[in-house]
Amino acid sequence: MSRRGARLHIDWTACEGRGLCSEMLTEILAIDDWGYPLARDGRPEPAVPRELVAHARRAERLCPRLALRVLPEPPPTRPQGGSQLPPS
Amino acid sequence: MTMLDHRESRDRRTSTDDYRPLPPGAGRLLLAAHPDLATHHRHLGLLPPLAQPARLLAEIDAAGLRGRGGAGFPTARKLAAVAAGRSPVVIANGAEGEPASAKDRTLWAHAPHLILDGLQLAGALVGARRAIGYVPAGPSTASLRRALADREAAGADPIPVEIVEAPDRFLAGEESAVVSRIEGKPALPRDTLRRVVVAGVDGHPTLVQNVETLAHLALLARFGGAWFRGVGTSGDPGTFLATVSGAVAAPGVYEVAYGIPLGDLLERAGGWVGRPQACLVGGYGGAWVPADAADVPVSTAGLRPFGAAPGAGVVVALPAGACGLRAAADITRYLAGQGARQCGPCRNGLPQMAGTLTRLADRERSPALVAELERLTRLVEGRGACHHPDGTVRLVRSTLRTFPAEIDRHLAGTCGQEPMPAAGGAR
Repeated sequence: MSRRGARLHIDWTACEGRGLCSEMLTEILAIDDWGYPLARDGRPEPAVPRELVAHARRAERLCPRLALRVLPEPPPTRPQGGSQLPPS
Repeated sequence: MTMLDHRESRDRRTSTDDYRPLPPGAGRLLLAAHPDLATHHRHLGLLPPLAQPARLLAEIDAAGLRGRGGAGFPTARKLAAVAAGRSPVVIANGAEGEPASAKDRTLWAHAPHLILDGLQLAGALVGARRAIGYVPAGPSTASLRRALADREAAGADPIPVEIVEAPDRFLAGEESAVVSRIEGKPALPRDTLRRVVVAGVDGHPTLVQNVETLAHLALLARFGGAWFRGVGTSGDPGTFLATVSGAVAAPGVYEVAYGIPLGDLLERAGGWVGRPQACLVGGYGGAWVPADAADVPVSTAGLRPFGAAPGAGVVVALPAGACGLRAAADITRYLAGQGARQCGPCRNGLPQMAGTLTRLADRERSPALVAELERLTRLVEGRGACHHPDGTVRLVRSTLRTFPAEIDRHLAGTCGQEPMPAAGGAR
């Protein structure tokens, strides 16, 4: 599954900026002015390179707010990718 | 407006797109003299029974009908996505949380049966078990109630329609907030991982469709896709309800074809009062079109260079005596206050953007304010459960782009519009 990497989804309604994910995944996430995770690649759902997928899954399990999800597909190549479903 | 005016304004245009205007005096959505069912049926006939759902879906697709609630998503694709699931729910979304928009409540007042025909049709297309009218309290709810009573007596509604009251909040009409409210929870956006079209109300696939979209759907089913495309542009076919406010002689709701030059739309609303200034297009989370771009077509393609879109059809004409930076600061502060306070970047970033823009409007002589605004827009964009931060970012970026001379003046301690502020800033 992780051959092509993955992407990280943050449930912003649950995240309280505890900072654990930014510490565990420094390659992917920085921290913003207010303590919330900030995608280094600037995407709404940052890319998780193949070699970090297992690590990202650990962060997903350890998030005290359960606000992190590792989604199996890497992000679309275009930043504003053409989703087939309407925006929610 | 006379026919001559139309011709003149078309000739003036430099764009080569294929705008076909509504003939003078013509309209589609607001024609009925009375909003009652008998008048509705006399004008338009009964809604044809849905014999071939797949064919109608293809016709809607070919007609190019797109959502009139703001996002402009293709209606056929949304219908198809919801139809793929089990026992869907359909919702007529008339929450209209955008303060500068009045078209949905106008439609409830003048054409409730067009909305309800569209809701029944959408329900039949997706195989819905539940249909809901989501409306603000007051005249719109009263109109919906009256209309439903008429229709019950006439047996017009195969799917019974429930009424759910929309709170008076900017985000009340956001798709997932609508779902939350109908589930009996506060009308707040939810995380995007569960898509509304797949798992909306109580886990059922849910179609949330703006009431104007449903009204167009009811007409499209009667008169066909070719008729629907008869006005507008090839990219944005059909008409839309524009709410024009601000410095115009006759503010109000006007039905016009997509592609209408912005200046012609303002003429429909009585024309500018005073010297023309910039217009805010697309709503509070929209973008400015400067005064010298009156010929720009109000269409997706026409407005794109300005970072704007027709959205829900909102146009606010900035009064001659008003400062664009001040107006933008006030709107940004309003938007910051209307956030759902769920997502950290929005909850923190929007008030900070509003504060920084207000300092600029107050003529604080610090060039760093502009760079700070740009940094904050990058920090906030795309980082929330809904697009509230993104709309606010759009407005702030557009303000920085549209008013560079004003910004220079403010940074020099003067303003082209406002007198010197009182110390302490009462605003």
